[in-house]
Amino acid sequence: MRSFLAALVRLATGVRLLPATPHGTGPAIYFANHASHMDFVVVWAALPDDVREVTSPAAAEDYWAATRLRRCIACELFRAVLIPRKDVNRGNHPVERLGTALEAGRSVILFPEGTRSVDGGTMEFKSGLYHLARRYPDIPLIPVHLENLSRILPKGSRLPVPLIAQARFLPPMQLLPEEPKPVFLARARAALEGTEHP
Amino acid sequence: MDPETKRLLGLVGGILVIASIIGFILSRRARSEAAKATIANLNARIRSWWVMAAIFSATILLGPTFTTVLFALLSFLAMREFITLTRTDRADHEVLFWAFFIILPLHYLLVGIGWYGMFTIFIPVYAFAFIPFRRVLTGETKNFLANTSRIQWALLICVYAVSHMPMILALPLRDYEGENAKLLFFFVLTVQLSDVLQYVWGKTCGKRPVAPRVSPHKTWEGTVGGIGTTVLISSLLWWATPFSPWQAGLMALLICLAGFFGGLVLSAIKRDLGAKDWGGSIAGHGGFLDRIDSLCFAAPLFFHITGFCFGTGMDPRPPAWILEWLGR
Repeated sequence: MRSFLAALVRLATGVRLLPATPHGTGPAIYFANHASHMDFVVVWAALPDDVREVTSPAAAEDYWAATRLRRCIACELFRAVLIPRKDVNRGNHPVERLGTALEAGRSVILFPEGTRSVDGGTMEFKSGLYHLARRYPDIPLIPVHLENLSRILPKGSRLPVPLIAQARFLPPMQLLPEEPKPVFLARARAALEGTEHP
Repeated sequence: MDPETKRLLGLVGGILVIASIIGFILSRRARSEAAKATIANLNARIRSWWVMAAIFSATILLGPTFTTVLFALLSFLAMREFITLTRTDRADHEVLFWAFFIILPLHYLLVGIGWYGMFTIFIPVYAFAFIPFRRVLTGETKNFLANTSRIQWALLICVYAVSHMPMILALPLRDYEGENAKLLFFFVLTVQLSDVLQYVWGKTCGKRPVAPRVSPHKTWEGTVGGIGTTVLISSLLWWATPFSPWQAGLMALLICLAGFFGGLVLSAIKRDLGAKDWGGSIAGHGGFLDRIDSLCFAAPLFFHITGFCFGTGMDPRPPAWILEWLGR
């Protein structure tokens, strides 16, 4: 069911199936630029079947838990980790929730910008990626550069245009010992952006 | 199936069998890395040819409705590649939605119901006006002319031009009633043969490039050899067409020349956009547009020249049921 859905998503968006993940096996943190509602589905669909089975995308709780149907799609179908964007406290903190998934041996897909960019460019990263990397220094961070998604379904439009999207999985990176937060976040963003004009 | 269609299918099957055998022998013989890569690409191309020939032949046999749907799909995929590579902005988003999901299906609906008068003007008149109308509503003036032109070109090349191929099925020709599928087959076969033979002649004895900056692999030897051989073969296929042998040869020459320039034009656009291939959907060939680039300009020319010289005149009026519905 899930691999069929993933194949359908790949057919619709033109995204290629990744033959193997860049870090080998084991849990990983995939982080991607965020331009459309479909982003997490696209990264999820591009992963190899066996990897996809153990990967949870992060999804905004205020949207995906708003109705019963959405919650069902997010939690049952994609096995997403719901992330609160407002009223964050110790109990529902995104890092805690993603950490629970990572500790259970799962990989996660997240969007460090926190929201969709309007022009398709990559905005400043929020600090979540840093806190996650500091807590789990051994888990590789894999930048995934999404191309054309902002043209397919841009923020503020409900009409999709059927262009060919691309998900580029880039070489894994890690938080360096003693690396300050702003330096790390800038480096992660550069790693993600680096291939925009290869 | 009439015997002439059988013969055409047999011919294509025969060519592909021979090509596959040659490809197999060459792959055994290749020694250097460069030669191996060339042969691997050749064999990928041949395998894709089998698939394309099978799909095309099957739809032609299934009748005009299936053929129209196949070409509609082809238009959709080609325009998808075209727009993906073309620069467009946020202000073009709604226009693009219309182009893909309203204009393209409506245009092919006109092909399907055989309303020739509206078919010829729908994109050049109505869509041509609608695109800037819709874009101007966004209030964005940046890249206005460039982007509206890009979308209009995309529609003209990928939808309007391509749709003239299924329209060949509705072209009334003297002493050729009900046989138009063979003419469409003749047209597609001629263009593709010309592509293949130009490739073969170019690879074996190509030296002087025609337009090195536009298409580095097109050579004078390949072009002249390929077109010459194609014209010869196609004139021998005159029995499948409404043409006499020399007319079939002249038509093939026209198709080949239009195809040659069409390929060059699409190549120039591709390079203008900074790409080598339009896409990666067909193994060995690139994208769908890489495969149909030479058909685009040749199709409307072939359609109209054949209609002008051998036709009994297309009826521009709407189909009877529309007239009835309008109360006329």
